Amino acid sequence: MKNALTAITLGLLSSASVHGAQLDIEITNLTRGSWFTPLLVSAHPSDTALFSAGEVASANLQMMAEGGDISGLAADLTGLAATSVENPAGGLLAPGATTTTALNTDGAPDNTELSIVGMLLPSNDGFMALNSITIPTEPGTYSYDVNAYDAGTEANDEIIGGGAPGTPGFPAPGPVAAESGTGGSGVDTAVEGFVHIHRNVLGDDDLNGGVSDISNTVHRWLNPVVRVVITVSE
Amino acid sequence: MKNLIAISLLFTLVACDNSSSSRRPTPAPEPDPTLRYELTVTNLTAAQPFSPAAVLIHDQAVTLFEIGNAASAGLELLAESGDNSQLLQETTTVTSVSAEQPLAPGASETLDIAFDSSDTSGLRLSFVSMLVNTNDAITAVMNIDVDTMTAGESRSFTSISYDSGTEANTETDLTIPGPAGGGEGFNAARDDIRDQVTAHPGVVGVADGLEDSALTAMHRWDNPVARVTLTRIQ
Repeated sequence: MKNALTAITLGLLSSASVHGAQLDIEITNLTRGSWFTPLLVSAHPSDTALFSAGEVASANLQMMAEGGDISGLAADLTGLAATSVENPAGGLLAPGATTTTALNTDGAPDNTELSIVGMLLPSNDGFMALNSITIPTEPGTYSYDVNAYDAGTEANDEIIGGGAPGTPGFPAPGPVAAESGTGGSGVDTAVEGFVHIHRNVLGDDDLNGGVSDISNTVHRWLNPVVRVVITVSE
Repeated sequence: MKNLIAISLLFTLVACDNSSSSRRPTPAPEPDPTLRYELTVTNLTAAQPFSPAAVLIHDQAVTLFEIGNAASAGLELLAESGDNSQLLQETTTVTSVSAEQPLAPGASETLDIAFDSSDTSGLRLSFVSMLVNTNDAITAVMNIDVDTMTAGESRSFTSISYDSGTEANTETDLTIPGPAGGGEGFNAARDDIRDQVTAHPGVVGVADGLEDSALTAMHRWDNPVARVTLTRIQ
């Protein structure tokens, strides 16, 4: 996710590393047909992370990834004295849409890492994650391409179902249901068991049956799925 | 009398001429220095020829497209047919270059961009090309800051694929202009799910469940699809 790190402008080393930073954050949904549930944007200490690829997801990560509920992760971050913003887009972030928010870590100089997560719909337990990048201390504008992960907590059956942890299927709020199918027989039954880069949805071209309720020409993606542009001010 | 007047006038004129010849001649304006860049493009895909590349030098206020916004008419023509002429015409540029030939999968080409300018401040370079075995996929690197590059300096980028959002991704042979389809290129109808540029989801192909697709597994790709290296020569 850091491979597109670009310092568009550079200034003198600021005192931000000592006194915190003012961050303006722009989050763009790059996908053609996928939606993101309410986002969680947080600056937090460097010895913490919301998840690690290859490891089992926490219960609160699972709650976010399967149903879009960020309350558990937000509470975890509050316990770490993180600087967080919940749901900056005020609901679903549509394909191609951009939302902006700001974080100010003045007075919280230990919150040097930035994480942003949100569930990807339609998917069973897919989510986008900017995972603990170190916030640049030099004033400037920085761009990050963000990938989709699979929480590994639910089988990717690709059938409309529920969003509560342990409930099979994916939740389908109005705009997601409008472009999804019904009557799929199910794609996968295995739960992977660990967080990993999402292998993408399979989908099919039959909105009234087939194996999947996801459309193979609308809902697939190639990473990256989100672009985050951070502007660090003095 | 008349002759005398004429002669005195002649003397006056000669005298004027003599006195003016003692002044320094009006200096010709200094020619602007020639700036020269080379852009090397490598097609990283397996079976997606790129349409002739368009390279544009433009002011920082110009951008070829933005995620979430509708494609311009020139971008639509390029994305659906590979014809970059209208995009080059409609965009305000300092200079622009078009490759003469498509770029085969696995192949590289180097384009020369030279222009005279005494002021490079705010200049940007953008590159865009169509993946021709698709409905409306393009790849682009936009707004490279050439202003701050010094002679001999090189910068490398990888580019992802974008969907212009102007044509539904049916993948039928009638709608794919490249060799895999041989069908129609440009069609003014905008019949995609949303009239906006996004990242491209990739193609599905007949082997992966899109019954009417003219594409095979070979035509699929993953990001990045191109590597672009810009070098300032002088």
